[in-house]
Order: sequence, then structure tokens, then C-alpha cells
Amino acid sequence: MLKVNEIDVYYGAIHALKKLSLEVEQGSIVTLIGANGAGKTTTLKTISGLLRPRSGSIIFKGVDITKVPPEKIVAMGISQVPEGRRVFAGMTVLENLEMGAYLRKDKKGIAKDLEEVFDRFPRLKERRKQLAGTLSGGEQQMLAIGRALMARPSLLLMDEPSMGLAPLLVKEIFEIIKDINNRGTTILLVEQNAHMALSIADKAYVLETGEIVLSGQAGELMKSEEVKKAYLGG
Amino acid sequence: MLELMQQIVNGLSLGAIYALIALGYTMVYGIIKLINFAHGDVMMVGAYVGFFSVSMLGTNIVVAMIFAMLACALLGVIIEKVAYKPLRRATRIAALITAIGVSLFLEYTTIFFLTPQQRIFPQGTFPVQDYSLAGISVSNKDIFIFISAILLMVILQFIVKNTKTGKAMRAVSEDKDAAVLMGINVDNTISVTFAIGSALAAAAGVMIGVYYNTINPLMGILPGLKAFVAAVLGGIGIIPGAMVGGFILGILETLVSGYGNSLYRDAVAFGILILILLIKPTGIFGKNTGEKV
Ligand SMILES: Nc1ncnc2c1ncn2[C@@H]1O[C@H](COP(=O)(O)OP(=O)(O)OP(=O)(O)O)[C@@H](O)[C@H]1O
Ligand SMILES: [Mg+2]
Repeated sequence: MLKVNEIDVYYGAIHALKKLSLEVEQGSIVTLIGANGAGKTTTLKTISGLLRPRSGSIIFKGVDITKVPPEKIVAMGISQVPEGRRVFAGMTVLENLEMGAYLRKDKKGIAKDLEEVFDRFPRLKERRKQLAGTLSGGEQQMLAIGRALMARPSLLLMDEPSMGLAPLLVKEIFEIIKDINNRGTTILLVEQNAHMALSIADKAYVLETGEIVLSGQAGELMKSEEVKKAYLGG
Repeated sequence: MLELMQQIVNGLSLGAIYALIALGYTMVYGIIKLINFAHGDVMMVGAYVGFFSVSMLGTNIVVAMIFAMLACALLGVIIEKVAYKPLRRATRIAALITAIGVSLFLEYTTIFFLTPQQRIFPQGTFPVQDYSLAGISVSNKDIFIFISAILLMVILQFIVKNTKTGKAMRAVSEDKDAAVLMGINVDNTISVTFAIGSALAAAAGVMIGVYYNTINPLMGILPGLKAFVAAVLGGIGIIPGAMVGGFILGILETLVSGYGNSLYRDAVAFGILILILLIKPTGIFGKNTGEKV
């Protein structure tokens, strides 16, 4: 479904991604793990079109999206739950969710998906009129996920959805991710919580300073000595 | 007491004009963090379009205002595309200097083509009539200005709060990258913001024409600066703040010239600016988030 071919991404002189390639198969959960500053966020931003690779290509559903503007990429079915949630703090919960459906015109479908998001996150329903900035961290994460789902993506990019959340909530978020996947959405999940990520993913890539150093079935990586040492606390 | 009420009523129409101009400053600042110093001059162009609409096409003042708003909406979009958009990633000071350049360009282009002479709205454009209400006198000019300004503000508030475009404007103001991830076209949203802000300024320009009866190519400078102060007073980037700031400034100015010395009226705005910057730089409605003016 998504094929990233040897992309090079720079911030000025900083070479942030070096010939990075990865593939996400339809229906799967793929995780990209790595330490701080490895280039995980950069990868997702490049797929979404916020950054442009200097070389290489990105193919989504057979179409080259390397030079497609970001709003068109959303329209093609790629949504992102960005790092740090990035909810619109001065807008209400409901307005945030509406923004997620910004490109859609099917009023009925939007209303239905809104109900679905509210069913999934009852706390958002209770707080629909509340400003997003006043939500707790966990609620904001749920809002960010709900907002991305409102676009009805076929591929959902998630950037450290468990960041800064209490363990119980982390578990809940991962269950939600699995459930979203079960209902047919393909997921590319960036995580520092390698253990949790590997436990729900089908396939995994390990990123180190802009380069993929390991990849394979998530279950196998979980057993690999290298991964254990570096990312699973021994 | 009656005298005070009278002064406040007098200040309302001036305040409404400042508020309309201040809205454009604040909306543009909210979305691209630029103090658009050409904004007062867009207002001036609006006044001229209104003037020619009345004097050459013989329209009434309401139609003139609509023409002016349409023309300036277009002008605002062109200014943004030509002058500011290439500087989206440049330093703030570069953009600010460009804004001053655009301001001078509009002033001196107008002078070049239309002479620096002031122009007077034709007789009978707005036959003045005074009414007396409980001892307070108001003219139909003031009522016209006040009501049309309030109407425009209500429409603006509706657009920003309830329409898809308005919500996109708020989303882009809050977080451009996140807005892009929603599929919002940021460039178009910025254009719409300039169009709306400039249209409001144009309406204010025609109102100033009605208020003072004369217009000239440099008429935008002082009201532009004062409206900027009004926007800062309310909290730059905050729409209701611009409205409140505009009214406060208009009323204070009228009070100072009514009770004190009319020579000081122009000093009021700048006194206020100094005071806010000393006491609460984020303005009346601003949260103290460290974002500075
Ligand atoms: N806007 C920027 N300008 C310059 N360098 C940047 C910028 N953003 C990221 N970088 C650099 O690019 C590299 C990759 O950053 P990135 O944010 O993709 O890492 P990450 O894997 O997401 O890290 P984290 O786990 O901390 O979120 C880092 O060295 C970072 O310093
Ligand atoms: Mg990151």
C-alpha cells in the first residue's frame, strides 16, 4: 500500500534520513522504532508531504506522491496523528473533530463517523463543547486519534501516541490502535515504547540516526538480542 | 452626566471605524504573525473606490461601500500573493519592512494617479440630519456608521465561528502544520483572511469618508496606526479584542478632545500603546503566553 524508496531528507545541512526505505502492506500494522532523534518524526512528516525528500520516492496505492501537496495526500487517504497531539487548543472538541473531516463532503458519512468516534471515546462526547486545550493529556491523545479517523483514512500514521501517558492509558491506547486496525485501517506506528509497539505490530523497522538498521517480523525482532539490548531494556 | 453620555455616543462611531480596521490587523497577525502596516492604506484605497462609486457612477453610499469592499478584498489578496507570500519563511523584520514598502507604494501610487489633493464627497451623498434622544443628539451619519459596522462585525463573527472557512482560519492561526494535516490549504486560507480583513478596512474607509466628508491619499496613515494600537490594546490576534479595543480607543479619543484639548487627541492612542506595552503587552484579552508584539 505504501512504499518508501531510498529517501534522503535534509534540514539545511543536517542529513536526517539516509536512503530510507520501508514498506507497509495493506491491512497491517507496521511499527518504526528508534531512539530520540533517530528520524521517526521526519519520516512521517515526509510521507505526509510536510517535508520533501531531496531524492527517492514515495508510492501510495501505486501513485507517486513524492511531490503531491500535503492536503492532496490527506485526500488520497493518509492521515496523521502528529507527535505531541497538536490538537487545536482554542477550538472545541467537536470543532477539532470537524476539522478532521475538513475535506469530506458526505454529511451523512461524517455524522456517522462522528458517532463512531464518540462511541469509541465517550469522554470526548461528554466534553464535546469544551475547548481542546483544557483536556487532559490522555483525552487530547484520544481527540488527536479521533480527529485523524474523521478523515476516514486508509493509512493512519501515528507518531508516539503513548508519549507522556500513564501505563494504564498506554495499554488502552494500544488496544485502540489494534481495534482501529481490525476495522480495516492500515497503520504505520512510530514508537519509543518498543515493547508495546512490537507486541501489536506485524512488521517492524528499527531506525538509527536516519538509517534503517534492522527490519523484520515484529515477533522475531522482539526476540533479537540487538533489539532486546537497545530497546527492550536488556 | 448628560455631557459625558453625549461624548461617549460621539465616540461610538469613531470607535466602530477603528474596530473595523483593527480587525484586519488582528486577523492577519493571527494567521501569519505579520503586522500589515499597509492595512491603513488599503482602507484609503477603499475610501477612493467608494468616492468614485458615488461621484462617477452615482451610486448610493451602501452600494459604494460594497464596491469598495469587493475591490479591496481583491487588492488584499494581490498584496499578500505578491509581497508577503514569498517572504513566508523570511525573518519577521523582512516582512515588516516589506509591509512598510507596500504602504508607501499604495500612498504614492495614489498620489501619482489621483494627485495629493483631498477630495470632497459630492453634496447630498449623505444628507445630514440630527436627532435628539433624551437630551443626547446623534446624527444619522453616526447611526449609519455604527449600525453598518456592527452588522459587519456580526457577519464576521458568524463566518469565523460557524463556517468551514472560518474554522479553517482559526485552525491555521493556531497550528499551521496540524491544519495542513487536516487537508486545509493554508495558502488559500491566508488569502481569504486578507480578503476579509481588507474588505472590512474598505468599509471603514468609506465610513471615514462619510464621517469627515473628505478623503486624501495619506488618510490611511493615522487611523491605520490608531487601529493598530486598538488591536494591541485588545490583544493582537484576538478578534473580539480588536472590536473592544477599537471602541475603547474611539471613545477615549472623543473624551479627550471633548473635555481636554483636541490637540491631544492623537496622542491618546500612543499614550495607550506605551501603557499597554508597560503593563500588559498581551492586551486586555491576551493570555500571558510569552508571545510578544
Ligand atoms: N526543524 C528541524 N531543523 C533542524 N533539524 C531538525 C529539525 N527537526 C528535526 N531535526 C533533526 O533531525 C533529526 C531527526 O529528528 P526527528 O524529530 O525526526 O527524530 P525522532 O526520531 O522523531 O525523535 P523523537 O523520538 O525525539 O521524537 C534530529 O537529529 C533532529 O535534531
Ligand atoms: Mg519524533
